[in-house]
Amino acid sequence: MKIIRLAAIAGAVLALGLATADAQAQMRKVKVATEGAYAPWNFVNSQGKLEGFELDLGAELCKRAKLDCEFVAQDWDGIMPSLLAKKYDAIMAGMNITPKRMETINFTTAYAAGPHGLLILKSSALAKLPAGEYNLTKDLAEAEKAIAAITPQLKGKIIGVQGSTTNLAWAEKYFKGVAEIREYKTTEQHDLDLAAGRIDAAVVAHSAAQATMETATGKDMTMAPPSFSGGMLGLGVAVGIRKEDNDLKNAFDAAVKAAIADGTIKTLSIKWFKVDMTPKS
Amino acid sequence: MQAKSFLELMQWGPQGWLDEMMFATGLTLAVAIVGFLFGLLFGTLAAIAKLSGSRLAKRLADAYTTVFRGVPDLLVIYLFYFGGSAVVTAIGQFFGAQGFIGLPGFLIGTLAIGIVSGAYQSEVIRGAYLAVPPGEVEAARAFGMSGRALLWRIIGPQVLRYGLPGMGNIWQLVLKESALVAVVGLSVYLYEVRLGDLVLIYETRFSDLLRQAHVAAGSTRQPFVFYITAVAFYLVLTTASTWCFRRAETWATRGMRRV
Amino acid sequence: MDFTFLGESFLRLIGGVPLTLQLAFSSIALGLCLAILLALMMQSWFRPLGWLADGFVFVFRGTPLLVQIFLIYYGLGQFRPALDEMGIWWFFRSPYYCALLALTLNTAAYGAEIVRGGLQSVPAGQIEAARAFGMSGLTLYRRIVAPIALRQALPAYGNEVILMIKATSLVSTITLMEVTGLAHKLISETFRSFEVFFVAGAIYLAINFAVTRLIELAEHRIAPDLAQANRPAEVH
Repeated sequence: MKIIRLAAIAGAVLALGLATADAQAQMRKVKVATEGAYAPWNFVNSQGKLEGFELDLGAELCKRAKLDCEFVAQDWDGIMPSLLAKKYDAIMAGMNITPKRMETINFTTAYAAGPHGLLILKSSALAKLPAGEYNLTKDLAEAEKAIAAITPQLKGKIIGVQGSTTNLAWAEKYFKGVAEIREYKTTEQHDLDLAAGRIDAAVVAHSAAQATMETATGKDMTMAPPSFSGGMLGLGVAVGIRKEDNDLKNAFDAAVKAAIADGTIKTLSIKWFKVDMTPKS
Repeated sequence: MQAKSFLELMQWGPQGWLDEMMFATGLTLAVAIVGFLFGLLFGTLAAIAKLSGSRLAKRLADAYTTVFRGVPDLLVIYLFYFGGSAVVTAIGQFFGAQGFIGLPGFLIGTLAIGIVSGAYQSEVIRGAYLAVPPGEVEAARAFGMSGRALLWRIIGPQVLRYGLPGMGNIWQLVLKESALVAVVGLSVYLYEVRLGDLVLIYETRFSDLLRQAHVAAGSTRQPFVFYITAVAFYLVLTTASTWCFRRAETWATRGMRRV
Repeated sequence: MDFTFLGESFLRLIGGVPLTLQLAFSSIALGLCLAILLALMMQSWFRPLGWLADGFVFVFRGTPLLVQIFLIYYGLGQFRPALDEMGIWWFFRSPYYCALLALTLNTAAYGAEIVRGGLQSVPAGQIEAARAFGMSGLTLYRRIVAPIALRQALPAYGNEVILMIKATSLVSTITLMEVTGLAHKLISETFRSFEVFFVAGAIYLAINFAVTRLIELAEHRIAPDLAQANRPAEVH
């Protein structure tokens, strides 16, 4: 079927091109990169299509900012270098604002924020930890006390985490030397290894873990009760943009603020995450 | 969510992954063919350099062979993937071009494979050239052949004849090496075109075979099914190409006296 | 060039060398044993054994090592309960053992062809002569067949060793941080692909150089006459 469509494409592109050339003349073309392996933020479905919260939100933001956007998939480890190399103009890939990343690129206002924690098997002793929400920005001392309570439980265990993430930085800061830390290219891979029992815990965002727990693989998984946010775990998920590209930053900033104000982000968030991930200012 | 059966996962169409896996096999083949041709090009150039009288050219070609046969292919792919576009953009800007000059993933992957396989290829071509009996070249010269005619009618066909088994080995190497591009992800995109209600084409991500298995394994969380399918598809590719090379060898040696 | 950065990179990457060497040499040693077994199976009078060996070689030479690694690591990880029951899950739980298994099976498939070539190169006359002397069975193998086959197979096996050292780079895809894995991490942290490639490449070339020299030395010891003829490197 796709082959037939391929044959038809040449003519169609021509016709479309003529019809829409005028309308698009004023719209800036923007390429947006996403990972495509971080459900439900962004992932590839069985039709090979990109899908997820950020795809929906991206379309919404671009409509508001009057941008002609196109999403492309890019592996996580190359997502910042390729932005700098101008392969695309923006990143929407569940990427958190951090001071370290701010040295290299710029971020818009955050469009989502949520806690992070340890994804574990239900049978794990960590499941019995006292619950609590800790913010590393607001009350670091309190948060570190909670982390200290987890540390002895992780002694000699294996923690999986995706490379080049805030989760990895956090795990390395608090659990290095206590537990073995293994780096994975994608979160999907450490989910598989957690299910298989190769690792004892994975440091993840609650939002992504939710999607894992709904699959057959994740049915025996749960989040350890204490959750953490802010500080080195990131100041919210935002659109990443090159430093010199201020026009685009302003356009996205305005669009994000508008989408937060009129509840669009809340609606999309509940659709994909089942909870409201709108950042609290 | 219930785990799906093998047949459910391997359906043709939007529900299953068989169509994606088949297209991915096609892309793997395309990567291998283009990578092999790049290798042939680089290999020939290096072989010429090695056979030329120039000491400097020989040294450079030897260094090229040593480095790219000694360094892991994955490392070369990383170099091209992370550094490739930056270099091209820098070169472009040097000549006055503006902005990002896209090196598409396909080009990056095939160039990396071409550079690595060219290092092996140069040895095969050099060996094949040296195997051409000098008497034949002398005889051709005596007949008044020179330059291009000598190359096209005497040396070329014989280099191909003597080099074909070695090239067959390199083809197998390239076919398997093409799997490495999966690590950095090389995708070809086709986008959806809509005319009113009529959808002409899906936005489809064509990935190479292993990458597709990877994506499907991640999406369905059923890695075994997809990796074993990838194994089967690779075996089809290698078996079919072994057969093709055997035919080609028979063809290339058709005029040879057998002892 | 930024020499401070090169120095720092070198110190970080050198930390991966023990794992690289350990994986390469253990898989080559184990793979050689398996390769000899496979080669003997191929020559066995009991044909099904030969078919089994041929099938093994066909599958492992016909597919990319990376696919084999993923199949063994992620693919078999899916069957944890069954592997648990068999009591072998501890083996598949570890990425190191999975990598070792994949590398060993892969090199055994290529090695089997090399060993078979070596065995076939033993002149029939030599075996007949030994038989005439009353040698048989193990003695014949130990004193006549093995030494001649080894001499023939060593150069090709030297190539296989280099290829295996390169092949260990693939285990970085299943969380093992050997030299290439560390290089990848360093590139994604610093975005300085050229310097890192330069340092990592130099480490691999140094290892290969040392290994090549050792093999040449061995060749010279066991077959001074053959070592003279400098065979061009083979490819597979």
